[in-house]
Amino acid sequence: MKKVQFKSKYIPYLFVFPQMAIILIFFIWPSAMAFYYSFVLEDAFGISSRFVWFQNYQDTIFNNDYYSSIIFTFVFSALVTLFSLSVGLLLAYKTNNIIKAKGLYRTLLMWPYAIAPAIAGLMATFFFSESHGALYDFLNSLGWKFDPKSDPFDAQVMLVFVASWKQISVDFIFFLSGLQGIPKSIMEASLIDCKSAVKRFWTIVFPLLAPTTFFLLITNITYSFFDTFGLIDTTTRGTPMGETRTLAYKIYQDGFLGADIGGSSAQSVILLLFVLIITIFQFKYLEKRIHY
Amino acid sequence: MVIIAILMFLVPVWVIFASSTHTPETILNQGLQFLTGDNFLHTYSSIFFDHTGYTKNVTAARMLLNSLILAVGFATGKVIISSMAAYAIVYFRFKMANFLFWIIFLTLLLPIQVRIVPSFEVLAHLNLLNSYTGLIVPLIASATGTFFFRQFYKSVPEELLEAAKMDGANSWQFFIDILVPISKTMMAALFIVMFIVGWNQYLWPIMMTTKPEYNTILLGIKEIYQSNFEGSYLPEFNRAFAMIIVALIVPVSMVIIFQRWFIKGLVDSEK
Repeated sequence: MKKVQFKSKYIPYLFVFPQMAIILIFFIWPSAMAFYYSFVLEDAFGISSRFVWFQNYQDTIFNNDYYSSIIFTFVFSALVTLFSLSVGLLLAYKTNNIIKAKGLYRTLLMWPYAIAPAIAGLMATFFFSESHGALYDFLNSLGWKFDPKSDPFDAQVMLVFVASWKQISVDFIFFLSGLQGIPKSIMEASLIDCKSAVKRFWTIVFPLLAPTTFFLLITNITYSFFDTFGLIDTTTRGTPMGETRTLAYKIYQDGFLGADIGGSSAQSVILLLFVLIITIFQFKYLEKRIHY
Repeated sequence: MVIIAILMFLVPVWVIFASSTHTPETILNQGLQFLTGDNFLHTYSSIFFDHTGYTKNVTAARMLLNSLILAVGFATGKVIISSMAAYAIVYFRFKMANFLFWIIFLTLLLPIQVRIVPSFEVLAHLNLLNSYTGLIVPLIASATGTFFFRQFYKSVPEELLEAAKMDGANSWQFFIDILVPISKTMMAALFIVMFIVGWNQYLWPIMMTTKPEYNTILLGIKEIYQSNFEGSYLPEFNRAFAMIIVALIVPVSMVIIFQRWFIKGLVDSEK
């Protein structure tokens, strides 16, 4: 905070008021409702409801669908994060070493940021469709009986592929600007001291990128958890049998399509706690240790 | 290696574009096309001016306008509201500052996808379904922009405020006459990023808009696509593809044209 500040009893509240009003109405209110619903069971017609303590939580936790959704979400997030981070880093490193027309390469790798996950999903449905899909034909010509419509594993592979494809540009942009932030003198000194390019990368460049990598780790996890919603909704919608539902997608399906408000709300609360833990972890622990 | 990656992004979009210029029969019989056909004008004029949707009363032009309203409204709202809130938190000494900061922080934890049902109910209560207000305002309730400005304000030299105080400026004058002008670049940067985020919103517009007049372009594509796969008549893939291209052009050109601001807006929100 600033050393010199304004002192006023009322004026600061005027400045935060618009944001606070919006948060109160459109965030706190619905979140509080979700919290309340998570302890309530409504009858089939939505007429009466009664307080059931933790029954919704029990029903959620002791449910195989929920487990498979948790496992899918975690594996999916880990793979998407791993693939898009490593490809993004590699591309940024290569691009940073290009001397001619660097700006052009940057533009050509950066623009996919603007592709909405839902658009990526719609495009993917065509490329992976059995009737016209080039990628579908290609994978089947390799001898893999690829069929995302009925094989859960194939559907998961497709989602990981498309989700990573869409996220590479974000990681690329951050890594490239991280690389450009490394002082030239360090790069030059490392060039003299260390002949092996691979070793130079891992011992000098990569550690200097640690804060960027860490930040991106969190960004990618949040992306896989929440922003892939549009992708899933335009491709598999959780099919074949719910194997491709992330936790966020399951909350939507159970709550909005399945009309199980209590269970869906309980899942929201659990997910909130989980994200809270990640965030605290990010702020308190790792961020301090990683700074060079 | 870099070239392969570039192609990996360009080729799919190119194929979609090339296919969009063919007739639906060609696509149905021969699959996706790598070369452009001669149906370009027909397809694109039909999506812009013919009415589609369940009720057949929306054109892609209207949906583009809705997307534009959503993106501009969202980005503008975000810039104004979060620059003000960050100003209060950084430049004022007041009791609730910390508490309010944590409230804002809390919004990061529960994205709209996970509180969608109660959010929908709140909007229904307030009679805001099928309105631009209902489409835009709830999406603004997140912390990213506030953090972005907070970080920037903290980097503004202390002397600026001291000097302004010496000249007798009050808090409002300092904000409007000094802080806003020096943060113009930052505002533009955040605007560009938020424009794209707003344009690419998917779930909230689906939930919010039951009337096709409020559909955004993304929903339009989804609708055509659904009638393609579920409908009985000849699938109009060319139209779906053309809509995809149209929906992509706006945010992609924003990224390319405003590249510097865009990168700044994206990367600076990290710190």
